[in-house]
Amino acid sequence: MNNFQYSRASNVADAIQLLAADPDAKLIAGGTNLIDLMKENVERPSRLVDISRLPLRDIEQTADGGLRIGALVPNSDLAYHPQIEQRYPLLASAILAGASAQLRNMASVGGNLMQRTRCAYFYDTATPCNKRSPGTGCSAIDGLNRNHAILGTSSSCIATNPSDMSVALAALDARVHIASRSGERAVALIDFHRLPGDRPHIDTNLGSGEIITAIELPPRGFAQNYSYLKIRDRLSYAFALVAVAAALDLEGNVIGEARLTLGGVAHKPWRSLEAEAALRGQAATPDHFGRAADLLLQGAAARAHNGFKIELARRAVVRTLMQAARATPQSQAHKKIA
Amino acid sequence: MNAYVGTPTSRVDGRAKVTGAAQYAGEFQAAGLLHGFVVTATIARGRIVRLDASEALRVKGVVDVLTHANRPPLADDDDAWKDEVAPEKGSPFRPLYDDVIRFNGQPVALVVAENWETAKFAATLVRIDYEQDGFATDLDAKRGHAIELDKPHKPRGDAETALNGAAVRHEADYVIPTEHHNPMELYATTTVWEGGNRLTVYDKTQGVQNVHKYLCSVFGKKPEDIRVVSPYVGGAFGSGLRPQHQVVLATLAALALERSVRVVLTRHQMYGLGYRPMTIEHVALGASADGKLDAVVHEAIAVTSRHEDFARNDTGWAEQLYRSPNSLLSHKLVHLDVSTPCDMRAPGAASGVCALECAMDELAVALKLDPIELRLKSYSERDQGEDLPYTSKQLRECYARGAESFGWNRRNPAPGSMRDGKELVGWGMATGVWEALQMPVAVRIVLTANGHAEVSCAASDIGTGTYTIVAQVAADALGLPIETIDVKLADSTFPQAPVEGGSWMAASSAHAVLAAAEDIRQELARLAKAMPGSPVGSVDIPDLVLVDGMIANGNDKSRAVSIADVMRHSRLERVEKQKLNQFAEDKSHARNTHSAVFAEVKIDEELGVIRVTRIVSAVAAGRILNTKTGRSQIMGGVVWGIGMALHEETVMDHRFGRIMNADIAEYHIPVNADVHDIEIIFVDEPDHRINRLGVKGLGEIGIVGVPAAIANAVYHATGKRIRRFPITVDKLLD
Ligand SMILES: Cc1cc2nc3c(=O)[nH]c(=O)nc-3n(C[C@H](O)[C@H](O)[C@H](O)COP(=O)(O)OP(=O)(O)OC[C@H]3O[C@@H](n4cnc5c(N)ncnc54)[C@H](O)[C@@H]3O)c2cc1C
Ligand code: SF4
Repeated sequence: MNNFQYSRASNVADAIQLLAADPDAKLIAGGTNLIDLMKENVERPSRLVDISRLPLRDIEQTADGGLRIGALVPNSDLAYHPQIEQRYPLLASAILAGASAQLRNMASVGGNLMQRTRCAYFYDTATPCNKRSPGTGCSAIDGLNRNHAILGTSSSCIATNPSDMSVALAALDARVHIASRSGERAVALIDFHRLPGDRPHIDTNLGSGEIITAIELPPRGFAQNYSYLKIRDRLSYAFALVAVAAALDLEGNVIGEARLTLGGVAHKPWRSLEAEAALRGQAATPDHFGRAADLLLQGAAARAHNGFKIELARRAVVRTLMQAARATPQSQAHKKIA
Repeated sequence: MNAYVGTPTSRVDGRAKVTGAAQYAGEFQAAGLLHGFVVTATIARGRIVRLDASEALRVKGVVDVLTHANRPPLADDDDAWKDEVAPEKGSPFRPLYDDVIRFNGQPVALVVAENWETAKFAATLVRIDYEQDGFATDLDAKRGHAIELDKPHKPRGDAETALNGAAVRHEADYVIPTEHHNPMELYATTTVWEGGNRLTVYDKTQGVQNVHKYLCSVFGKKPEDIRVVSPYVGGAFGSGLRPQHQVVLATLAALALERSVRVVLTRHQMYGLGYRPMTIEHVALGASADGKLDAVVHEAIAVTSRHEDFARNDTGWAEQLYRSPNSLLSHKLVHLDVSTPCDMRAPGAASGVCALECAMDELAVALKLDPIELRLKSYSERDQGEDLPYTSKQLRECYARGAESFGWNRRNPAPGSMRDGKELVGWGMATGVWEALQMPVAVRIVLTANGHAEVSCAASDIGTGTYTIVAQVAADALGLPIETIDVKLADSTFPQAPVEGGSWMAASSAHAVLAAAEDIRQELARLAKAMPGSPVGSVDIPDLVLVDGMIANGNDKSRAVSIADVMRHSRLERVEKQKLNQFAEDKSHARNTHSAVFAEVKIDEELGVIRVTRIVSAVAAGRILNTKTGRSQIMGGVVWGIGMALHEETVMDHRFGRIMNADIAEYHIPVNADVHDIEIIFVDEPDHRINRLGVKGLGEIGIVGVPAAIANAVYHATGKRIRRFPITVDKLLD
């Protein structure tokens, strides 16, 4: 833990101002990720800008019938919000698959999007890690990589993004609203997180001095045929080995629209428009789902310990799509897999 | 006489614990208390060539940075550092003793500051340059370097030949990974500087007198200079049997600075303490065609540190369980650049019996025998190692009661034959065994005229329920309500007790209470008889009993006089008796506890996700002093067994010799979702030989056998044998 200054932002403009004034400042919301990283000396902000009391806690209808969710809405409140439960149950389910009740109570929407990888080397300052200390090398590539990425990796980093919520948001075509001194902008969630490339220390496309103010969901929520399935090393309270968000629009047994996103396999939620397109107009059968899985997993490559993820992901995709098609979504309370 | 013993009495310390009134080592306050934060090594082996604390010392609030270079004197011979539980062979680790690095995570400096946050921050500013030496931490890679212990088990018959000639044989390696205890309470010590060189040390430990003796010898102090206190312990599971780094560091700083100092280890730093050592367990079994064991070969290859030979009995358990004319058992150690392993719940047995019981299951499959039938065919009425009968052994009854409750007779033995929708159902079983040890313990009872009794003993209660059973036994023996019994534990100035471990404390402390209470009874009886016109004047002392606050004729309770009257009449404010209870050594019998564990797993066939839906554990452990805390003990053991089977593994990157999952987000133990139905059956096991109450102890037996029962159930469900624990999704998909 380093020594740091602390300021409480009185409004969004104030937060932006405080961030801009100090390039080593960091926003803090629920603190459930940032404080852990500070304790391990991975993050060493010169200043914490506390945004937890900013009025970004509303969930409101947008003009086009979607929802706008404030960046500080706690994960629990979001998961149990009636609009989310009824219209976007895929999102509710993904959130409830993550962390523990206590953490979800503290965690914010913005913080969840910004949470950093759980790669063990990233957390241990005694080991090389390009994400933590650019240029030192990646310890995971030839080291312990059982839980590392199989898609979109680079020779600099094979870390995964650990967020469950983001996987559902990607599938739902959510957009991220961002504010900074130069005004406001919005970016599709699927473009929010980056692939590691040769700059793995940059997780997202959020610029310095920018703050997430809200997430926007389009009107379509796929409330009939959806499922979020998370496979992990114990039945709750563990990060995903593989997670799948699936949503279908069905006409009888024929697929209209399909959404399919993987978590736990890449540096960002992994979605393939090609795989989704291949499902359109097809019957909802295991064979077609298997084909979509193959497309989604195209280019998957394993290291010494994470090869199992490729087959596991393939099977999980088929299963999750079947759950969605049968309208028997995976329950997050009962751990038996539907 | 028996109002409390054997009943489900609630914990007498429960209220203090849930209301926060119970104070733990890191919570004691002292005037001017300083806080120490430990700096740990980041290499596995080598030497400190430069340690620069100047930047840390410049931080406002930092009082000192203690290192090997500026520490106060410490004993310089190994014997002084050998605590009660230290391995016989080796040189115990000495914190801040010299510049040598023996393992990654070793403490190398203590930053002391006015508050904890400052110390923690300043600790990041201590610069250390190392000279690295070559090192090794990988047991798999160094297996060939294993050295046989110099005290091997005595072989029986000729196991090799018998194995070669066996009609059916099974042979395999089972691998138990390194596991860490992760008690909820962090390791902490508050050393209070009392002035005049005297110290009161509040420590998280399983043995205050062990720590007391250790500190006196390490720091060259007289016994009266140091007092060690540890009233409550938030779990330890064996990790607190030996004095830990923080107690040396806090005390060293208090002596150096002549101030009170608290040191609390972080969760991460606790991975630099002891652990259950990784073992490769090689088991070979040979049997006749009709399923009688003819040969047992069990060789364990375990990790230890380069500086100490830690070894436990992994391989001796077949001697307790199965009749076999031939056996060859051995334990080998591989010395690696790691900290010394230590006891962890059922040390040796949890690992060794896991391997043995998986192997028995494989043999049953090879013989096409029901696993219980195989075990009954070679059921041993004697401890073969010592060739002794048991004081009692109701293992047969455990099999029978457990099987009945579980519904074992409905099991279809073919792997993969039972299912529930998309899930494969597996039923497996295994045997558990542990020792029933007893140790000398002394207890002091002070009975006051107002009808209260204070019972004190240096024993710890590590969460197991010692406070409660001591109160129960004392209440019954003194004929008083339990509310009037005040139990005081874990102060080094109290009557003698060994470390709390090995499942010996329940029997040992209970009988010490009985012994002291007997002296009280005799004294009161004498006084009662001497009262003029005493209603019990003509009753012989042995016939007088303490009951309901009275001294009564045991054959006619209407002839009685109240204890209060006796004491008032004798002008006594208090009757005080202290007694050391030695168990008469019985070399003619073996003493063990046993269990039969049955597990049901449901495994998603496509995805390999495992749920342990049911466990039935039938335990024979003599008389159960408290069926409520006893049940909790077994339940805790079962849950831990689920963890051993499916979750627990300390993962090390051998390129760095560093543990890479040193926190409880990544070191997995079962969470509620992983725990379903657990049924615990205490099988009746009257034992008139072992001790007066017939008590055996329950601390460890609960975990033994559970991982094997689950692994065997996984095989039954899937046809896959996973012999490298824990059993995870990737191994099932392989
Ligand atoms: C033991 C454990 C288990 C967990 N398991 C899971 C799991 O299974 N699945 C899962 O998805 N998550 C899991 N989590 C992670 C948890 O979801 C995140 O820690 C949480 O969502 C972070 O939210 P926060 O508000 O606490 O963020 P903080 O810790 O406050 O901040 C995290 C980061 O986000 C930045 N930030 C916060 N708000 C904004 C904003 N509005 N704009 C820009 N930047 C911002 C901060 O600067 C910081 O860098 C787990 C965490 C723990 C500790
Ligand atoms: S995978 Fe990425 S985060 Fe992990 S060690 Fe490599 S560079 Fe660091």
